[in-house]
Amino acid sequence: MALLEVSDLTMHYRTRSGWVQAVERVNLSLDRGAAIGLVGESGCGKTSLAMSLLKLLPSNAQIKEGQILFDGNDLVPLTEDQMRRYRWERISMVFQAAMNSLNPVYTVRDQIVEAIQYHMPMRYEEAWSRVAKLFEFVGLDPGVMNQYPHEYSGGMKQRAVIAMALACDPDIIIADEPTTALDVIVQDRILKRMDEIRSELNMAMIYISHDIAVIAEVSDRIGVMYAGKMMEMADVVTIFQKPLHPYTFALMSAFPSVRGEKHELVELPGEPPDLISPPKGCRFHPRCPQATAVCSEKAPEFTEVEPGHFCACWNPRSK
Amino acid sequence: MPDTVTATDALIKVDNLSKYYPLASGLFSRVRHYIHAVEGVSFAADAGEVIGLAGESGCGKTTTGKLLLRLIAPTNGYIYFNGIDVARIPSGGKLKAYRRQVQMIFQDPYESMNPRKTLYDIIAEPLAVHKIGNIVGREQVVADSLARVGLVPPETFMFRYPHELSGGQRQRVAIARAIGIKPRFIVADEPTSMLDVSIRTGVMKLLLELRQEYNLAMLYITHDLAVARYMCERLAIMYLGRMVELGPTEEVLQNPLHPYTKALISAVPVPDPTFKREAIPIKGSISRPVDPPSYCRFYPRCPVATDYCRENKHPPLEDKGDGHYVACYNV
Repeated sequence: MALLEVSDLTMHYRTRSGWVQAVERVNLSLDRGAAIGLVGESGCGKTSLAMSLLKLLPSNAQIKEGQILFDGNDLVPLTEDQMRRYRWERISMVFQAAMNSLNPVYTVRDQIVEAIQYHMPMRYEEAWSRVAKLFEFVGLDPGVMNQYPHEYSGGMKQRAVIAMALACDPDIIIADEPTTALDVIVQDRILKRMDEIRSELNMAMIYISHDIAVIAEVSDRIGVMYAGKMMEMADVVTIFQKPLHPYTFALMSAFPSVRGEKHELVELPGEPPDLISPPKGCRFHPRCPQATAVCSEKAPEFTEVEPGHFCACWNPRSK
Repeated sequence: MPDTVTATDALIKVDNLSKYYPLASGLFSRVRHYIHAVEGVSFAADAGEVIGLAGESGCGKTTTGKLLLRLIAPTNGYIYFNGIDVARIPSGGKLKAYRRQVQMIFQDPYESMNPRKTLYDIIAEPLAVHKIGNIVGREQVVADSLARVGLVPPETFMFRYPHELSGGQRQRVAIARAIGIKPRFIVADEPTSMLDVSIRTGVMKLLLELRQEYNLAMLYITHDLAVARYMCERLAIMYLGRMVELGPTEEVLQNPLHPYTKALISAVPVPDPTFKREAIPIKGSISRPVDPPSYCRFYPRCPVATDYCRENKHPPLEDKGDGHYVACYNV
């Protein structure tokens, strides 16, 4: 039994112009100690999916369907009160733009102490020394923990936010674009440390990024999302070397690399659809070079094409 | 003057360009310190050439771009455009004549357009400022520009507002605005970094096509070395306001010589899970170039630094063969 088993998860946002179908029948499973990477472009539903897993949703959002089995318990029917026992203690999150997820008027130490004390009965001094340990663990000098966020550099803030996510020994950390605003040298150090932390603590990770190169470096498995749907999922080498879905292939072909052979970048015409009235059938069919009549009629099922390789496409690329 | 770096007949030639910003402090805001945002930068670009300018945040790449267009005035140095020094021309007729030939494309297509103006107003504004053509002629230029950047049919786009467009379409409008006056030199400041992968490729290709058609020189500012590889003939790497390496793009990326360039390139993730990347560690982190010492700015973090580096001035950019310039004593 996997640690996290998501099946047919569907989440929509209610707006004045209609329901935005942000996450549509998504399946994924995550084992203890494993790292899954979710890639896709802006608005493809990767962050909405992550927020649904923690049920950290705005009031106009609704989980319409599906199950989120964590350690065998379904999180979907739980009340806010019951969810609190899972958030941070079992599943925590590193938010996009760490700069903005720290409160500017409290010291970093006090913010992490607050998170710890909220979830664990612990004296202030005890919590302090835990923060110091966490700081060392993520590669920050414990001497700076009494400072305010504005005194930190971007990389330091990101490390502090990771320390905060680790505060209650969670089983899963969801990292939403954890290094997007950072320069490459700092990004490289932080990704390395996160990868080490995962194996040291046998923790599961869900990485979310638009950058397939970042995801390739830290994940075991990759899920490719488009317009609210999971299009393809497989281990990282298979996704890069034998992508079945035309969208995965297009994404790979459009991505430049500094190393290796300089291949021609292929342009994908068109723009992602409006999710209030997504295209009938496969949501990718209007932009798909391999679309046939059936693609605009019926949505393909997300099925296991070969062991461990899932794909939702009527005309997958030949293996 | 290192004349080897700068060919004499180049369209734009920059020589020893510097920009210092004062840091006011104290009760009466007396200026005691300066940030040396750009220092001693020299290079040249021919017509039809794209030069990449890469480096981490705060390395002075955007400041360099703004200096070239005279959006800010340099502290020291020369900018020759067609052989005329534009670094020091007073604002007024001459500066306007210079700006008639240069344009800038900004990073954020959401912030760089007036939301209350239609695409027609936005694209026709440079034409109006420079008094090019009459109203009928301008409408034709706007329609042609829109069609050229792929927003077709132009009549359906001309009177729309920026908020009705996607990010990729807006960046195309920014490009249409830049080419309307037929410039000879464009500074493109991270023009694709806000765009999604599938949209980005189209915009990159459009810029390269326009470069050919108009024989444009372009300064392409980016933090993304993989994008630079596809866009630029030559690539310059900056560190804390100094240009540390300049050469043919593929040469700089595959055979970097400066210790900073080596570390920078080794930290870029590769979209290939079978590629085993060996990161070259460097100590410390980027600081601000406030009253920097005269020795090499990379000295405090450099893995190959020697006493010689500390006792001498910042190394000059020197040709190490085939137009590959490096500013380091230990190469």
